[in-house]
Amino acid sequence: MSGGLPDDRQHDREPAPVPTPGPTRSPGVRRLLDASSGPLHPVARDTLQAAVEVGWADPARLHAEGRRARALLDRSREIVAAGLGVRPTEVSFLASGPTALARAVDGVAYAARRRGARTVASAVEHSAVLVPGRARAAAADDASLFAEVAVDPLGRLDLDAWRSALAVPGTVVAALQSANGEVGTRQPLGAARDAAAAHRTPLVVDATASLGRDDVPADWDVLVGDARSWGGPPLGVLVVREGVRWHWSEARADVEHGRADVTPWVPLALAAAEAWQQTTATRAADTQVTRALVDDIRRAASVVPDTEVVGDPEDRLPHVVTFSSLYVDGEAVVGAFDAAGFAVASGSACTSSTLEPSHVLAAMGVLTHGNVRVTLPLPAVSPSLADDVSVFTAALAPTVRAVRDQLGVGDL
Amino acid sequence: MTDDPSVVDARGERCPLPVIRLARLVRDRPDLATVTVLATDPAAAHDVPAWCRMRGHRFVEARAEGDHTAYLVEVVRPSGPGAAR
Repeated sequence: MSGGLPDDRQHDREPAPVPTPGPTRSPGVRRLLDASSGPLHPVARDTLQAAVEVGWADPARLHAEGRRARALLDRSREIVAAGLGVRPTEVSFLASGPTALARAVDGVAYAARRRGARTVASAVEHSAVLVPGRARAAAADDASLFAEVAVDPLGRLDLDAWRSALAVPGTVVAALQSANGEVGTRQPLGAARDAAAAHRTPLVVDATASLGRDDVPADWDVLVGDARSWGGPPLGVLVVREGVRWHWSEARADVEHGRADVTPWVPLALAAAEAWQQTTATRAADTQVTRALVDDIRRAASVVPDTEVVGDPEDRLPHVVTFSSLYVDGEAVVGAFDAAGFAVASGSACTSSTLEPSHVLAAMGVLTHGNVRVTLPLPAVSPSLADDVSVFTAALAPTVRAVRDQLGVGDL
Repeated sequence: MTDDPSVVDARGERCPLPVIRLARLVRDRPDLATVTVLATDPAAAHDVPAWCRMRGHRFVEARAEGDHTAYLVEVVRPSGPGAAR
């Protein structure tokens, strides 16, 4: 075969197999305290596997397989709509939560393009709101087109500043999260929506961190969720309340009520709906359990020297907590916990590819280095949750101390 | 870069180094009433004021100086572990 063309060689070879993921490297017990991206609820995982067999077809097709997929997609939408207290026609599935969030803002802005182009958002919104908002303002060379409203040290919206920002002529979109996924603080949606409604500005509410873990928000015009927050697969949910002026400039009428460019993969929608049902059935008990466990972590972290537990201690998501320790490198502390078996996240700059720390911690004016973020999984996802948290709280102070000693800052 | 004993030159250093060096200087030089930190790391903009708040010092100002920022801190004595909390 020497001298053969590259194409010939390729035909002669077996395709290289895609590597199968093996178990995580460390053989010991793993304790999952970073559940912002999964894993799936076990029942939703079974549903997903089954749906791959029966729901793979394009629901737009007219054959039996397509009709079956359509029926499953419709059923999934009905379940999610019922859970959110809305009509199925108000619900669209998009590729991801962030995609749905950016689309939610786009649709309100486009529908109102003759009245103005200004967006008002809190400074702690998801980057899917902040990044495109800043880009639009920069492209128009008009900083006033995107207003970022300050939050207090707990991460809660400054309502007076919010009202002033909404009063600026040309404001057509307001965006606010139900609660912050990094620090847990809930936002005052009722007052925020009243202020927006006074100017007839629709409020987009980002509930991607709270749905399934906290009460379903009631004060919104456009609502966004991510099935990952309730134990489902990555799937964006966009809800546009009937009567709200919303239009996507690239809409195709027959796809997801004109709010998406592609029909979702039906197995994902079905798994998301199954996860919703499972999570809803146990939510009251789960909330109580995780809220108490977060209280335990907050207590343990607050007695570690030079450590700040941030976010509202009471008016918060039940399952999220974060704290920062002085003189500690974020990457080192995540690594130390990882080596001890704990999966935790961090908002410190050195833990990501960027030099910028978490914009949420920065907007709150709290320490950005040495940050540890815990997102508790659903008890059904992690039956050892209570034990994991108990071991974590005991490991907290010694781990931070060990990292400080390693960095030679134990005496500061 | 500078021989002013009240200046921490942490330009080019990543978090949490600028804050660590600030804390060391404040501990080692009880005679200093103010300390200036020069830093390029964007996290310093949040972490120097946060350190002041947590340790009971006063953050005076941040001044852009070309490619870096100068953070001015007024030292409030006594300082040390636990003094501010």
